[in-house]
Order: sequence, then structure tokens, then C-alpha cells
Amino acid sequence: MGEFKINKSFAEINKKIRDGSVVVLTAAEMIEATKELGPVEAARKVDVVTTGTFGIMCSSGAILNFGHAKPRIKANKVYLNGVEAYAGLAAVDCYVGAAQTSEDDPLNKVFPGRFRYGGGHVIEDLVSGKTIKLEAFAYGTDCYPNRQHESEMSLKDFPDAWLLNPRNGYQNYNCAINLSNKTIYTYMGILRPDGANANYSTSGQLSPLLNDPYYKTIGIGTRIFLGGGIGYVIGNGTQHDPNVKRSENGVVMGGAGTLSVKGDLKLMSPKFLRGASLTGYGCSLKVGIGVPIPVLNEEIATFTAISDEDIFAPIVDYGYDYPEGEGKPLGYVTYAQMKTGEMTFDGKKVTTAPLASYSIALEIATTLKEWIKSGSFTLGEPQEILPSIPFGGFTNF
Amino acid sequence: MASKNVLLIFKSNIMYKPVIYRLARDFDLVFNILEAKILPRREGRILLELRGSEDVIEKGIRFLEDNRVLVELLADKVWREEEKCVHCGACTGLCPTRALSIERPEMKVSFDVEKCVACGMCGLVCPFGAMKDVTLFDPFAEGRHT
Repeated sequence: MGEFKINKSFAEINKKIRDGSVVVLTAAEMIEATKELGPVEAARKVDVVTTGTFGIMCSSGAILNFGHAKPRIKANKVYLNGVEAYAGLAAVDCYVGAAQTSEDDPLNKVFPGRFRYGGGHVIEDLVSGKTIKLEAFAYGTDCYPNRQHESEMSLKDFPDAWLLNPRNGYQNYNCAINLSNKTIYTYMGILRPDGANANYSTSGQLSPLLNDPYYKTIGIGTRIFLGGGIGYVIGNGTQHDPNVKRSENGVVMGGAGTLSVKGDLKLMSPKFLRGASLTGYGCSLKVGIGVPIPVLNEEIATFTAISDEDIFAPIVDYGYDYPEGEGKPLGYVTYAQMKTGEMTFDGKKVTTAPLASYSIALEIATTLKEWIKSGSFTLGEPQEILPSIPFGGFTNF
Repeated sequence: MASKNVLLIFKSNIMYKPVIYRLARDFDLVFNILEAKILPRREGRILLELRGSEDVIEKGIRFLEDNRVLVELLADKVWREEEKCVHCGACTGLCPTRALSIERPEMKVSFDVEKCVACGMCGLVCPFGAMKDVTLFDPFAEGRHT
């Protein structure tokens, strides 16, 4: 560890953002810059590195307050376009989860089910400005006598609408393969038998938490790009686990850190918030997230210079192991390898395909970079960073 | 050498008439059956890849049509709704002919409809319903050509 040659604070960087002198690079650009300048000079020159990811993220949803009806209702069942939203919060608050299916969805009764409309689609429809049908049911009280309320509403009619996602932005994830002898339909896509194809998620070198592997700059209050608007990290996500095996560069070799995020749905765009239908699995939401990482010192510069060659994903069998709760890594593969579209597993060529949109992740990182350069987006200094573990430090700068 | 993938529909009045072999005998076309299904006494459908020079393929198709076979180019039937595609790449691992493939280094998904054999995998795997595929027996295709 020891002293750093470069020491910047959030306040100093924010001052540069306000006066227009800030230097911002995307995580992809930072790889080259650090190679060229070395980490110390890169840390001196570059103030912020922007990241991005656009992936299907379960554990997402929206809090919607639909306003008081006349006469008043204390809803205990709420449906939005036929998708149930949890209403056990108060009178007119509800939470629609991305994975909630339509009430009349045939699910997997005819396998594989198509799951064409669910909570994620409700959220996409709302940010698209579409009108949705709200149905609320109640048992009636003295102060809230109404028992049934129906209304056609668009996003602007909701007094409050927040995207509130308990777990997003997984730091790294499995490379899913299927070693069983039948095709399987998973949240990692369709996997053909006998390891014929493998799918991976995350945007690799652009991914937010892979660029700050010990969460030294990210925590409660970090201001982020969320679904096309501005949001905040409100803490670690569920299942956040810093104690995952790490490679020499400190980067996790499997799913580890996660983010819990919140943002005003009214500022978001369907371009970066898409309802998803995963055949045989269910509904979800594709979420665009970009996290700015302040280059406070040369250590953080080194972290943000991570490239796909240096990030490993564990190969996990979704045919037998994963469903049984095992999921032991059968090997490791780099993102650079997976991105070629082919890898070797067990001496056999396997087709690899991504599930996260790299090109849109890059667009998110670039958009965030422009926001910061224009002075309209300053960094939110976390009040507390995400739970982490100590890092021994890099030996050679 | 050009190649075209076509959907041939044999209505009941002609479905037992041998026709396809003449593409090879009379036109010297290479044909490759991608998928076929016969509903006895009702209708037969074949997805066929035709290989040969462009004008001979045209002649072959005209010959089929003259023999009352309904011919549809797959390229006219299968398409991608561009606004719905988010270029994730989930389809690329399953597409058997690489009609859907990733352009590197941009990592954008391109769709070459000429290579498509309408297997339907992309329609099944795309989480956003971007791929408008056809299946061999598309119930909505019935009567389209009457």
C-alpha cells in the first residue's frame, strides 16, 4: 500500500467539472491511456473514468404512487395492465417487480413459455409515455371507503414514480454452458445440449464494478446514469459478496459485488429500460447503468485500465450443477476470448454469445462522459462505500 | 454462384406431382432441403436452398410457379424490427447459418437475411421480440396467395 504519488479528492474533481477543465475517459479509452502514460501519469491527467452496462437485470422494479382516488381507497391488490404490483405498503403506493408475470400468463404450462408481458414491460410502457390500465381493489375502511378503483394512467399522472432496484450491476458473472443432453431455457438464454454453446453476461472491461473491484469509490450516494436519467447508488445490492475468488489484479472471478439503485422514472428513457421476455424462464427488465469512477490515485487508475484479457468468468454448467445449487466452476475463460464468439471447453470448440449489449454499454459510458464534461453531472461522494475486503496494493507502478 | 432460400407451398391439387427433381435435371440447379412437412391430402411445404447462377435460379422459380407451386423468398418474409433490437447478441449463439452475427469490434449484431433458413431459433431466444421469423407452417400464411 503506502503513499500514492497522486492524491485527488471528490471535491477537487467536482471543482474541475464545474470550471470545465475536467478530463474524462470511458473505461475503454482508459485502457490505452494507461498503457501509454503509465498509471501515475494517467492518474495525474485523467480525473474520471466512465463505465456502462446494459443487461437484463432481475431484482429491478418501480415504486409507484398512483395518487388518491375519490372516494379514497386503501388498495390491497393492484394490477397494472394485468400485472400484479405489490400493494401492501400503504393506501396508494405499490411496487411492480420486473419479474412479475401477467395474471393470465400460461407460464410454463406449455413449455417453453414465452412470457410476453410482465412487470418489466409495464415499466418500459410507462417510460415510453404509454397509457396503462390501473386496477385497485380494497376491503374498505372508514377513512378509505372505496373498494374498487380503475384508471387509465400514463407516467405523468403518477405523483411519484421511482425505479428502485434491489440488485443490479453484478460485478462479474458466469459463462453458462449446458452439459445435459437436452436443450434448456434459462435466464442465461437458450443453451443447447452437450456444451454446444455458452452465454455470458456483463460488459467486461466497461462494467462498473469490474473497474473498481474493491469498491473504493462507490457507495451510498454515488450519482449514476440510470435508465437514461440520473440515479443514485443507495447501497450494496442483495447477494453482494466481496469475498469471491480474485485474480492477481484484484478482479473477481465470479459474481461478487452488486448495486442497489434508485432514480426518478420520469427522467428515464425506453432506450435504456426495456421489458424482456426470456423464453421458458420469465419476464425481466434490461437496465442501462453507468457509474463514474473518480481517478483519485494511481491505484484506481490501474483498476480502471482493466481490459477484457484480464477479466475471467467461471464456466458453470446450467444443465445439472446450477439447478442443483452446486455451480462449481468447471474452468475459467477471459472476456476477450468469449467476445471472439468461440472458446475451447473440454477440448471442444464452443460457440459463445453475449447477453449484455456491449455497443449500448459503450454508448452509456460515452453519454455519461459527455454529461460530466458539460458540467451538468458532478460526482456524488459516497457517505459509505460498499462492504469490501482489504487489498494488498499493486507492487509496481 | 448465387444462393436463394425459398419456401415452396404445394397445395393439395399438385402435392403428389414430382416437380423438384426437374430443378436438377432441367436447370442444373443444386437444391438442398432445409425443412419439409407434408400434411397428407392437404398441403406440403418445403424450405429449399437453391444454388446456381442468378438467372438460372430465376428460371427455376418461374418453372415452379408455372407448375402451380407457390414460391416465397424467405428474404421477403423474415425481418428484424430494428427499433426492438438492442444488439445484445443472444441470438448469435443459436443461429445455425450465421445469418445473425456480431460485427467486431463494434459488437453490433448484423442480420444477413440471405443466409436465413427460417429455423425460428432467433424468434424464440430474442427477449425483445425483434426477430419476425416464419415457421414452416405459419397459420397466417394460409390463403395469402389465393
